[in-house]
Amino acid sequence: MTSRTNEALPISVRNVTKTYGPVHALNDVSLEVQSGEFLTLLGPSGSGKTTLLMVLAGFTRPDCGSLKFGEREVIRTPPHLRDVGMTFQSYALFPHMTVAGNVGYPLKLRKVPKSEIAARVEAALDTVQLGGFGERRIDQLSGGQRQRVAVARAIVFEPRILLMDEPLSALDKKLRDQMQIELRHLHEKLGMTTVYVTHDQREALTMSDRIAVVNHGRIMQLATPRDLYERPANRFVADFIGESTFLPVTRNGAAILFDGTPLLHDSPPPEAASLLLMIRPERVVLSREGPREGVNNFAATATEVVYQGDSFLLHAALANGAQIVLRGAMRGANVTALPAVGEALTLCLAPEDTVLIDGSEA
Amino acid sequence: MEAVRTNEAGLRRDEWLERMKLFGLGSPAILLILVILVIPVGWLFYVSFIGADGTFSLENYERMLKRKSYARIFQTTFEVSFLTTGLCILIGYPLAYFIAGLPNRIANLCLITVLLPFWTSLLVRTYAWLVLLQKRGLVNEWAISLGLWDEPIKMVHNMTGTLIGMVHIMLPFLILPVYGAMKAIDRDLMKAAANLGASPRRAFWTVFFPLTLPGLFAGSLMVFILCLGFFVTPAVLGGGKVIMVSMKIVSNIELFVNWGAASALGVVLLVSTMVILWIASRFLNLEKMTGGGH
Repeated sequence: MTSRTNEALPISVRNVTKTYGPVHALNDVSLEVQSGEFLTLLGPSGSGKTTLLMVLAGFTRPDCGSLKFGEREVIRTPPHLRDVGMTFQSYALFPHMTVAGNVGYPLKLRKVPKSEIAARVEAALDTVQLGGFGERRIDQLSGGQRQRVAVARAIVFEPRILLMDEPLSALDKKLRDQMQIELRHLHEKLGMTTVYVTHDQREALTMSDRIAVVNHGRIMQLATPRDLYERPANRFVADFIGESTFLPVTRNGAAILFDGTPLLHDSPPPEAASLLLMIRPERVVLSREGPREGVNNFAATATEVVYQGDSFLLHAALANGAQIVLRGAMRGANVTALPAVGEALTLCLAPEDTVLIDGSEA
Repeated sequence: MEAVRTNEAGLRRDEWLERMKLFGLGSPAILLILVILVIPVGWLFYVSFIGADGTFSLENYERMLKRKSYARIFQTTFEVSFLTTGLCILIGYPLAYFIAGLPNRIANLCLITVLLPFWTSLLVRTYAWLVLLQKRGLVNEWAISLGLWDEPIKMVHNMTGTLIGMVHIMLPFLILPVYGAMKAIDRDLMKAAANLGASPRRAFWTVFFPLTLPGLFAGSLMVFILCLGFFVTPAVLGGGKVIMVSMKIVSNIELFVNWGAASALGVVLLVSTMVILWIASRFLNLEKMTGGGH
């Protein structure tokens, strides 16, 4: 992996539909992945994200649509001629071959000379920090090592597009966190256009340039991690990415009212019939000295307090009965005394954290 | 400091009791094997070394080496076994592949059909083939009326008939382990091979086939070993022209009442089977060492 001869390719998905009986696994999906981008398909199981990846790889034949890698239309190209790298959720390493056999497999198929295969296999293994593991058998490797071999095998033939199907889901949390960073670095180093599938929103936020949130065979929102979190397009996205509380609000001319009180908000509300106020737990500030200036203040009563080591979780009931969840840092006065259940508090929400979203179910 | 070892004796006794229970469950089978296998086989060995005059002698084995007819019988036995195994692989592997690719419910139905022959007696099936394949049998009549061939073809009382009957009977023994090996293959492996640039044919030969080898090997071995000692089918369908070791054993006893000669043949058959098993088991271990199968 010392030099890259190939440039990354953009991917263009246009109007792809795939039905299984009455179910739309993909419903008229269009998506442009930019050259060299790390794009994540994020969604719950059964949302269609894996189907979309399988369409990209050529394992699922859609009912209709167009798929271009660069300028090349590939929708009818069989998988073995698509020339994209891929890692599988189960790793799909060949158990009857050594590590080097696995990594060298795509090179052998491409009729690369033997001496060059050995060198490129070793280089790919070095890239995933498995130098010297070539002669190991697959069943001698740990889960994390298998994952690295799968990655090495997918990148060794220098594909211009890399597809990854929940590659980290079988690893324990610590290893997963470490591999997320490693895969991200690998992407920066190799620069290939990467489409990554996961159901783990934190993983998606950590790794991606952009995230496409998928549900019911449609892309609900395609945005950068920051935009997705800060400005979700609808309730599904807001609910799926991070934790949040939703409160119904009403529109009165230009003003947005919650429980009769106008709200201060920085960004304009979406043009929608019903609106919701989205509150992220970590954005709510707890005030034990009453209302503050320049923010939205909610009078509340603590109903449950949970100590979680690095932080605490506070469930509070508002005057109209609505529940708000707040996450607070364990420092300052909170260390000595957390709010008690039944204590009257004021919850403060800054105007920039007062996010109004389309409340209609998409 | 001395560690406190509470309940040590009791726990050890529980362990021992558990082991005894397991042994108790196995003891009827152990007894059975001892009575109907170990003792008779020991007696077989003993008899094979007794000559016509009732004293210790190697004449039974010497006869086998001297007479050409014995060499021919062993040759026939191995030939029939090899051919049957080969044909079973040629027919059974593609069939197993086909069934393995079907949806589960239909696949199970197909497997039942594969196993169906087991529900009828071996003798009945063999005689059925005799009826079907004989000169004026169903197969010849139909083939002639369809114009496939003009004269009745001789398909029984020869090698052809023997092989048809043997392959029919042995096929399930090959299909089941091969099917099992195929079902155990992770489907993602074939996808991975395709993704890495392997054409379907290439993916089959470099990934799928090697992974079914342990199953294919086990099935072939079973078929081959069962063939070595087979009697009914070659006796009926071979019509005296295909003489296998088992048939020679029978004629030694029924015609010549020569228990010594028959025992010696039995011993040679047993030993050659065990040698084959031993060689095969080394291969099977090798497969495991290279990570084949699961």
